[in-house]
Amino acid sequence: MLRFLARRSLGALVIIVLISAITFALFFALPSQPALMSCGKNCTPEAVALINKNLGLDQPVPVQYWHYMAGIFTGRDFTVGHCPAPCFGYSFSNQQPVWGTIVDRFPTTLSITLGGAAVFLVVGVGIGMVAAAFRGTWIDKFFSSLSLVGNSLQIYFVGVIALAVLVSGLHWMDNPAYYPITENPVKWFTGMLIPWLVLSIIFIANYSRMTRSQMIEQLGEDHVRTARAKGLGRRTVFFRYAWRGALAPIVTIFGIDLGSLFGGAIITEFTFSLHGLGRLAVSSVSETDLPTLMAVMLVGCTAIVVANIVVDAAYAVIDPRVRLA
Amino acid sequence: MRRRFKRDRPGVVSAYVVTFFFLVALAAPLISKLYGKDPTRTYGLDEPGLLNEYGYPVKPNGGMSGDFWFGLEPTLGRDVLTQLVYGIRTSLLIAAAATVLCVVTGVLIGVTAGYLGGRTDYLLGRFIDLLLAFPSQLSFIAFTPVVYSLFVSPEKETPTYLRVLTLILVLWVLGWMGLARLLRGQVLSLREREFVEAAKVTGASPWRIITKELLPNLWTPILVQSTLMLPSFVTIEAGLSFIGVGIVEPTPDWGRMFANGAHYYESDITYIFFPGLAMIVFVVAFNLLGDSVRDAFDPRTGR
Repeated sequence: MLRFLARRSLGALVIIVLISAITFALFFALPSQPALMSCGKNCTPEAVALINKNLGLDQPVPVQYWHYMAGIFTGRDFTVGHCPAPCFGYSFSNQQPVWGTIVDRFPTTLSITLGGAAVFLVVGVGIGMVAAAFRGTWIDKFFSSLSLVGNSLQIYFVGVIALAVLVSGLHWMDNPAYYPITENPVKWFTGMLIPWLVLSIIFIANYSRMTRSQMIEQLGEDHVRTARAKGLGRRTVFFRYAWRGALAPIVTIFGIDLGSLFGGAIITEFTFSLHGLGRLAVSSVSETDLPTLMAVMLVGCTAIVVANIVVDAAYAVIDPRVRLA
Repeated sequence: MRRRFKRDRPGVVSAYVVTFFFLVALAAPLISKLYGKDPTRTYGLDEPGLLNEYGYPVKPNGGMSGDFWFGLEPTLGRDVLTQLVYGIRTSLLIAAAATVLCVVTGVLIGVTAGYLGGRTDYLLGRFIDLLLAFPSQLSFIAFTPVVYSLFVSPEKETPTYLRVLTLILVLWVLGWMGLARLLRGQVLSLREREFVEAAKVTGASPWRIITKELLPNLWTPILVQSTLMLPSFVTIEAGLSFIGVGIVEPTPDWGRMFANGAHYYESDITYIFFPGLAMIVFVVAFNLLGDSVRDAFDPRTGR
């Protein structure tokens, strides 16, 4: 297990370094002239030169990249001042250290993604199991036609309808908002509930369909038949034997879906005006605030890669065969 | 094959629906001419009595009437039907172009990697892995301005055709890997089969083997994957415009209608239903079509 984790972490590190290098090269090496962007519309050549010097943009790109990456671990000294340890540079738009903004925004996105994932895993897998248990009946047909529509729903449409019905129509809930879980868990939960439900809706259909087909396949396997033949109860066979086998492929797909889950969180943030990383990325796009954008990109990639390792480890726990591979 | 497809009722209906959407997109200028409205004219501002003092349509249901079938847009008072028709045109154009590019690239790289094998396969495989590791939505957002700045300097306005090109480019660069990987796997197993070996023995060139022996066996996955790819590109493009990094005013766009709808939902919920329902119908039809195509090409997979 430890070797498995070590190998996976090494691979992840290579991926992160490559992605950061490519992103950095795209942002800072292209003829886009970051200094020109940070300087605004009325800009003199002297001002550009000053900004270039202050930000170290007058050095060759590989050197810049090295300083940037080293700065994340050791901090950096700019002419404007010292930037402490996880230093992602200063924002072009508000001149604050980028890391502070990231720390500020990250919990919102994390809450949306984790909660949304929990909802669609529980509901999606649950529906799939019910459909498999009642295979061929009207329940099964009902869920499969539902999943066809569910598959084609969009967050930016369902989200607005949910707001119109639940918040401004029936007044059942307040507008979604983020409250730190440490301060007020109840408010955190109620504030995040609509985003979770809406984010999960686009995934539920896929997961229920997959669980259903996996369960049906597993229920036809020899070991399940043996378990049934030796007189185990229906419930034990269903949950202990078939479900466990069906779970492994679902976990794999979940690992693949992490990226689109993060993407869904960005759209969700926009639909419900929540201030998370996605919104930060978009606002830094419109302000061409490259350091912030770069940091969001790096943090996003790292989060997805790390989550992938966690999923893989979970997979190894569920299915002992992969540990040998 | 065609007969099998024709017997599949949902498949035929969804094929008609999909064709309808493409026709609407192609014939958008004709529709707007016949219907007598322009997507950019602000009827609500030009003609008094259509919008109230807060900028919302006076008539109920978002101002639906004999003149404005789908109602009026709040604040600007543009015609919703022509906005939607032209919006579908923009989104479908971008998605279709990106799909064609992705399919061509995916086929080229997937078949090359699978057929040549060895070091080429390994390098292409690692390259695909790397591109797949990019979080796609975030990369779309982050790289769009970079591509813009490649074409125009930051202080100038980006023209619309460049925005369209940029979106196509970004969708293309991060969209072809799934198909390539799938085809590589298929080719790996196909090239060991007897008919390929026979072709090799008779002295056929690699090009002939790929085009005459391998490709005919790959049409099914290619077709099925492209029917999945196109609607996903439409929704991604709409999502980008929704959050404001895609197509901007005044060009009509499907996704931006959702952004407007989200703005006005409290006073005028009708507005968002037209783009919303249109998109659901579009994606459902495409998914059903993909299923039917697969069934028609490969009768073994029962549903």
